[in-house]
Amino acid sequence: MSDIGYVRTEMLPEQEPPVSEVGAIGWVRHNLFSNWFNSLLTVLSLYFIFKVLAGLVPWVISPTWDSGSLAECREILHALGREGHYAGACWGVIHERWIQLIFGFYPEHLYWRPIAAFVLLGVALAPVLFSDKVPSKLLIFSALYPFIFPWLLWGGTIWAPVAALLGFVLGWAAFNAVSKAMSTLLGFIAGALVALIWWLVLSSYFVGAMDSIAAIGIEPVESRKFGGFMLSITIGVVAIACSLPLGIVLALGRQSDLLIVKYICVGFIEFIRGVPLITLLFVASTLLNLFLPPGTNFDIILRVLIMVTLFAAAYMAEVIRGGLAALPRGQYEGADSLGLNYWQSQRLIIMPQALKISIPGIVSTFIGVFKDTTLVSIIGLLDPLGLSNAIRADANWNGIVWELYGFIALLFFAFCFGMSRYSMYLERKLHTGHR
Amino acid sequence: MSQLSVEREIDRSKMQVSDEVAIEINNMNKWYGAFHVLRDINLTVNRGERIVIAGPSGSGKSTLIRCINALEEHQQGKIVVDGTELSNDLKNIDKIRSEVGMVFQHFNLFPHLSILENCTLAPIWVRKTPRKEAEERAMHFLEKVKIPEQADKYPGQLSGGQQQRVAIARSLCMMPRIMLFDEPTSALDPEMIKEVLDTMIELAEEGMTMLCVTHEMGFARQVANRVIFMDAGQIVEQNEPEEFFNNPKSERTKLFLSQILGH
Repeated sequence: MSDIGYVRTEMLPEQEPPVSEVGAIGWVRHNLFSNWFNSLLTVLSLYFIFKVLAGLVPWVISPTWDSGSLAECREILHALGREGHYAGACWGVIHERWIQLIFGFYPEHLYWRPIAAFVLLGVALAPVLFSDKVPSKLLIFSALYPFIFPWLLWGGTIWAPVAALLGFVLGWAAFNAVSKAMSTLLGFIAGALVALIWWLVLSSYFVGAMDSIAAIGIEPVESRKFGGFMLSITIGVVAIACSLPLGIVLALGRQSDLLIVKYICVGFIEFIRGVPLITLLFVASTLLNLFLPPGTNFDIILRVLIMVTLFAAAYMAEVIRGGLAALPRGQYEGADSLGLNYWQSQRLIIMPQALKISIPGIVSTFIGVFKDTTLVSIIGLLDPLGLSNAIRADANWNGIVWELYGFIALLFFAFCFGMSRYSMYLERKLHTGHR
Repeated sequence: MSQLSVEREIDRSKMQVSDEVAIEINNMNKWYGAFHVLRDINLTVNRGERIVIAGPSGSGKSTLIRCINALEEHQQGKIVVDGTELSNDLKNIDKIRSEVGMVFQHFNLFPHLSILENCTLAPIWVRKTPRKEAEERAMHFLEKVKIPEQADKYPGQLSGGQQQRVAIARSLCMMPRIMLFDEPTSALDPEMIKEVLDTMIELAEEGMTMLCVTHEMGFARQVANRVIFMDAGQIVEQNEPEEFFNNPKSERTKLFLSQILGH
């Protein structure tokens, strides 16, 4: 038993791994043919993929781009000797109607306005989404953009968005004055009151007066002419942009020590989550008019926007609450022990971490909201799905299904996939070691 | 617990206890629901004192020092810190918290901020210090805890001992007049305990008023001017370290000391 002593005299150098472990061969071995069962699955999957593509590709490759009707498509395919139900796609419908699928019935000579609105949307989002690559001065434009966007889409006098902006300025001024003189809470109330009085009562006089002095404006477009992807994106973007801050407020309210605030938030969240979106949309389209004073003209798209935003905010609040719950208590205590007040610690310590944890959930909710915008077709708005029904009602295209739905699905997929990739990028960027 | 003795000679020239009162606690009681966790606590801490609070787990020692900066609310009695009484007034609480530094068992660094940002956040937002000045001060204290080269890293990239030293530097950046330590070495590997204790000793040498909940009896013996023993939510015995360790009076203290020093 004297042989247990051992001393290593030289350390071993690092060696190249065997060929079967690295490179393409290593990958294939590891992932596709690691044992007989996996090899079998690989072969079966390859066969399945081949069969699907063999059916799909010939259907997609179909020289019907210039046809003017379904009958014409069939003739073209017949001349090529391709018969039957799945002889080939009829792309003429996309060629003829894609502009309509994107803009709805928006006046043709004004297409530049939604295009400008969405290009500027990109500019406004850039400093928010890619804060490290875009100069932060652009944020001023991002702040102004919510007033430019509806003006470009709906048109009308320039003084309406200016009046809306002034409401925020006045409210902010009132908040500052009162919160300095009295308390922050009174400041909030005063600011909100001043802004509401301005928007609901005074701003219409302001717009009228300014219009009579200098009538600057662009041609107005009615809401019922909106449609297609333009409508989906408008609803989606507004609901997404408004539901996140609202969701944060609701999530904080739900955790509040102030009982009234807490129960209002809990009640709101539970009610909205307990009701299908479609009923909320029906309320928006029909019932809401019963509650409003007769003669009020409350735009249908605005009503839908409010409902979709509230719906998304309730879900958002729960997602963010999950992020808040995942934060260790020590983070709150660390912030408290340094003398940060409630809002400082929420803004600087708690929310940045809670939101980071919730990114996957938040983006899922965003994607869900964007896809839910197709439900507005049920209350008669012409989103892409609503339009596809309208297109099929045309005798030329009666019977077209796959081409239209495929095109719509493709566009939706592009947007949703983009959001999903962005969330992965963001998660990687914000990763700092551990949680 | 580990009996880490402090090897170097301690410079006691500035470790002087003044007559000025830093913290005064009178007849303080606290309950968690129906559970009476702190019972009739009376404690006066003078400026420059280094107090170690010891006791079995669940004896209320952490709760006691957490009451001092209002992380826990007390229901009865009076706590006066630096002349300001702890009441429900949020302004008072925030003021006291910015004057009293706290170091936690689990560091509680902010993982989404770099080390430097961890140290400058509170000075910039609470004290309204200009950023440049706050950063200079942060670097000064990071040098003091001997990790200036880590300033641009994130807490997750540092070892436990380094993180705890950052936590100490973060507190010091607020220029506190009192420091509270809540088991600062309990979550650390044995190798790292010493580096944190060394930092605490340096702080004591500069005359900082310190209250430490710790199981490091070596530290208590050499640095503290007073050791408090707590059990079942009350102060059972307090004395100078020599007397406390060599000649404990209460049976409960003797039992506790025999258990932690006996092996």
